[in-house]
Amino acid sequence: MTKFINTQIDERGYYGRFGGAYIPEMLHPNVEELRTKYISMTADPEFKKEFDALLKDYVGRPSPLYFAKRMSEHYGTNIYLKREDLNHTGAHKINNTIGQILVAQRLGKKRIIAETGAGQHGVATATVCALVGLKCIVYMGEVDIARQAPNVARMRMLGAEVRPALSGSRTLKDATNEAIRDWINNPEDTHYIIGSVVGPHPYPDMVARFQSVISEEMKWQLQEHIGRDYPDAIVACVGGGSNAAGAFYHYLNDERVRLVAVEAAGLGVETGESAATSVLGTEGIIHGSRTLLMQTDDGQVIEPYSISAGLDYPGIGPLHAFLIDSKRAEAIAVTDEDALAAALFTARTEGIIPALETAHAFSALDQMEYGPDDVVVVCLSGRGDKDLAAFTTYLDQL
Amino acid sequence: MNRLTTLFKNKTNDLLNVYFTAGYPQLDSTETIIRSLAEAGADLIEVGVPYSDPMADGETIQNSSMQALKNGMTLDTLFGQLRSARIYTEVPLVLMGYFNQVMQYGPDRFCKAAHEAGVDGLILPDLPVYEYEQEFKAIAEKYDLQVTFLITPQTSDERIQKIGALSTGFIYVVSSSSITGKSGDITDEQKAYFARIAELDLPQPRLIGFGISDAKSFRTACGYANGAIIGSAFIRALAGKDDVSGATSAFVQSVLTPEA
Repeated sequence: MTKFINTQIDERGYYGRFGGAYIPEMLHPNVEELRTKYISMTADPEFKKEFDALLKDYVGRPSPLYFAKRMSEHYGTNIYLKREDLNHTGAHKINNTIGQILVAQRLGKKRIIAETGAGQHGVATATVCALVGLKCIVYMGEVDIARQAPNVARMRMLGAEVRPALSGSRTLKDATNEAIRDWINNPEDTHYIIGSVVGPHPYPDMVARFQSVISEEMKWQLQEHIGRDYPDAIVACVGGGSNAAGAFYHYLNDERVRLVAVEAAGLGVETGESAATSVLGTEGIIHGSRTLLMQTDDGQVIEPYSISAGLDYPGIGPLHAFLIDSKRAEAIAVTDEDALAAALFTARTEGIIPALETAHAFSALDQMEYGPDDVVVVCLSGRGDKDLAAFTTYLDQL
Repeated sequence: MNRLTTLFKNKTNDLLNVYFTAGYPQLDSTETIIRSLAEAGADLIEVGVPYSDPMADGETIQNSSMQALKNGMTLDTLFGQLRSARIYTEVPLVLMGYFNQVMQYGPDRFCKAAHEAGVDGLILPDLPVYEYEQEFKAIAEKYDLQVTFLITPQTSDERIQKIGALSTGFIYVVSSSSITGKSGDITDEQKAYFARIAELDLPQPRLIGFGISDAKSFRTACGYANGAIIGSAFIRALAGKDDVSGATSAFVQSVLTPEA
């Protein structure tokens, strides 16, 4: 039954044929420095000690694994929520930024840049920069600045400079382009904290490792709850895919566990206003990585669309491209409307207002089938305070 | 013989390479610009293939690329335009684009089409050295396309030697830690870097690019290499011009005219 899939990257940073480092020479020294140092640096006991202590005392880990009783009754199965929304700053993003700020310090960097979509990664980066006293610049699409105003205010409060990305669709993809350009212009003193499992090797692997704490905790928490350390399915939303990578990580080679990656269908997969990369994407290169990507026949990147700024991205991390391509993970697409309905349902069934991104994962539960004894873990990647404007509009039109 | 090889054999100093974005300002400007650049004295021409996400380029080239895509530029259109331009001039042509475009078109099909359109070389800044050796080098050679790699102030001497051994075209010496489109005087630090590269005795010609914008910076760069590349400054000179041919000639003359 168990089929071995090599879910580890090779020495050039490929998962199967996805990954690599397709970067201009200007980025080579910084990326190469990271590539040669990140494994030994993060394996160092001192690093681990500092990382674990910050996750515990500052982030508030372990995050609870909560049995969602009423939701379980509704679906006729057993649903557990991995409560990343209860982390400091309200999402899983801080697991990665804590790790990367420790890396940046060890590399002697004085200036931090980041891209952000929903603003959660921007807030998490601004937070760790304040924590260690480093200068922070966050690139954010002009469209996202407007639709995620509370997070922009939080970043400013934390001392970060938020720079609008004005090119292209003025969303996450363009913010990432601007951050990469900043890094090219500032090769000596700057570290780029990428917020997802995207970008050139070693970022996808490094970010997945920092996020893997999610499934590491899940294992012993499930053991406590149900007497076995694995669920039957794990459901997580995927933009770039960092919360999914963390939630899947320790189960990648455990075929007893269904891995469900939930993408944003926007107005619908076939409408031309979507971000469902696994359906609409073909193999290509974006932000330094060979992966699945929404593009024209001529290789021009197509502007994605989703109501959720965090899922509004035309690619997915190379790990997820590999998992979906090799059929290890299945992809489900959820529309804006269905995500909004799922957010409302989650709020009123469990008293938890999820982020719009996470609401896509909840909605996917409607598209799945279960047995009464199944155990399903939903990665509750973030809380929905930042999305209240969208939720209010939705409530007003019901 | 490849036109770049002929050029570098006949001229080793003060080579002027001008970059423009194909399909900008108008979709059909490509032929006019190539003819005008060649007639005005550009030694080689770098044809930018417009891309939606040009990672290494600054605002000027990104905006001209967006405009070119809006104008309807595609690879097939571009190859057609280059074939037409080739009727009038033997100036060496180098395509500059991003590897995703080559990958989607198909590396063999892309190189074949480029060769048949009269292209002499390629610059693909995000194609890694290893993937180039494994997947691309043989195809480029099959179609007689010389491939140019970039080096920067942060590139180690060891890596420069490696890149030098792999480059079949000229070496693109990126003048500073920067994206394209910066202007201003060349600093002493940059001059020291140019001198360091010159001392490495690379087998290929070296052209300095990024931040070269006018006669003064062109002259300075030529003092340290076989020539220089001007891109964003030319794109800016074309902006809003109806007479593309006239603007092109005037720009090249302004660069080649010795300072008073």
